[in-house]
Amino acid sequence: MRLLSCRESTRLISQGLDRDLAFGERVALRVHFVYCMGCRRANRQMAFLRRAVHALAEPREDSA
Amino acid sequence: MPIAPSELEQHRSYLTAYALRRVGDSGLAEDLVQDTFVAALGAGQNFRGDSSPRTWLTGILKHKIVDAIRRQAREPVVSAEADEEVADFDELFTERGHWNERPAAWGNPDSALEQSQFFRALELCLARLPGRTAQAFMMREHLGLETGEICKELGITPTHCWVMLYRARMTLRECLQQTWFAK
Repeated sequence: MRLLSCRESTRLISQGLDRDLAFGERVALRVHFVYCMGCRRANRQMAFLRRAVHALAEPREDSA
Repeated sequence: MPIAPSELEQHRSYLTAYALRRVGDSGLAEDLVQDTFVAALGAGQNFRGDSSPRTWLTGILKHKIVDAIRRQAREPVVSAEADEEVADFDELFTERGHWNERPAAWGNPDSALEQSQFFRALELCLARLPGRTAQAFMMREHLGLETGEICKELGITPTHCWVMLYRARMTLRECLQQTWFAK
């Protein structure tokens, strides 16, 4: 199996939020995460972005 | 019981700010709030007081916003080419595709969701996204549309859609890093 670059890894991380990744893609990402802290962080941060935009959409009484 | 026009006014600034955060155009935001008031006055019987007037009005406004974003998406975008010129993050990665500068730790980012200042930073970062990229991202994350629906609305291929969403996320990540988490 070919190892992913960080550029490829971040693309898959993003696509994983929009479609079901193939088995091979998930495995390649997992392997990449084992030795790449930058992409582990990017993975958590992109997931956080989704939570943040959802929270933005909630009406907040304090922002009147 | 119909809602009184004077009561509507109390919510105008809140609703306008709410709409502005999502459509990024103050004229459009004001129009959407006006449409919401018209709808609210027409549908007064439906307001039964089991939620607060503000929550009820926000619910109507949300639908108006969704319609507006869909309408915008169908209009030809003059600056479509500008989107293509967004840096493909060449500065983020080395030639071999590794991080030039590894993403920094964000600690416990969810604690930021308790701070209204954070949402201001997020809004500013969203406002920096190019038009169509922002539309695709908001359709996906704010409206929760599937990629297939976004492709249809924007008239693009799924691959192009994934690329735009990738650019949006990478740009937002970088922007929040600089404007919020690095501070």
